[in-house]
Amino acid sequence: MTTIFFFIFAVVAIGSAILMLVHRNPVYSALFLIVTFFSIAGFYFLLEAQFLGIVQIIVYAGAIMVLFLFVIMLLNLRQEVRLPIGQPYQVMFGVLFSVLLFLQLFLIVRAGVKLGRVGPFSPEKINAAGNVEVLGGVLFTKYLFPFEVASVLLLVAMVGAIILGRKKLPKEF
Amino acid sequence: MVSVNYYLIVGAVLFAIGVLGVLIRRNAIIIFMSIELMLNAVSLSFVALARHLHSIDGQIMVFFIMTVAAAEVAVGLAIIVSIFRLRGTVHVDEIRLLRG
Repeated sequence: MTTIFFFIFAVVAIGSAILMLVHRNPVYSALFLIVTFFSIAGFYFLLEAQFLGIVQIIVYAGAIMVLFLFVIMLLNLRQEVRLPIGQPYQVMFGVLFSVLLFLQLFLIVRAGVKLGRVGPFSPEKINAAGNVEVLGGVLFTKYLFPFEVASVLLLVAMVGAIILGRKKLPKEF
Repeated sequence: MVSVNYYLIVGAVLFAIGVLGVLIRRNAIIIFMSIELMLNAVSLSFVALARHLHSIDGQIMVFFIMTVAAAEVAVGLAIIVSIFRLRGTVHVDEIRLLRG
């Protein structure tokens, strides 16, 4: 059952990622990217990371892609839609290099890189305690400082977006 | 049960598609979306390996990747909007000058 769902999600994720790439209209590209994010959320559910699956749908498919769609509709891209995707030589070399990159990654996965030590959180243990509880326990003890830094980062991003998005910079800048 | 290698290969395919998008597309918004796709491909590998190695740290990393991605999208889209106000285009071949 898991295998069937895995292959469905894989086909949907890769197919809509390719459609995102080749579609000329940015609105359709954004919609196909939302489909890809939903299938990645499906992968997270298959991997029993329920909290991340939900957060993926809320944050990525919800917040981030809505922001993208807002900006696409804010900008008037009518003449850009008619342009070709790229120069022919760009497309040729782009495809060549990304296929080479994929082959490298594939060979690394196939060769089986030596992985680190096995940790104490087995899937059974996580499921017994609850995914959110285990995640929260580690986040607020071992990773408390990065958590605080992330909140400062979000504040800086908020201030930066407001400054950049203003119509005109004031005189004193 | 699907082996971890399949998840890593799907992650590799998605990452390669993201790289291809950055290389061949000339619309700044689509390039930005491809970067988001690459971030997601890496997150998928993190979660798959976290489960494989019986560790929770990979899931925490994905949590932080999402935070950073949200911040990055807010600032990046604000930059794209202000470039569009200044130049009237988001075609990256036509944005060559560093000065405003």
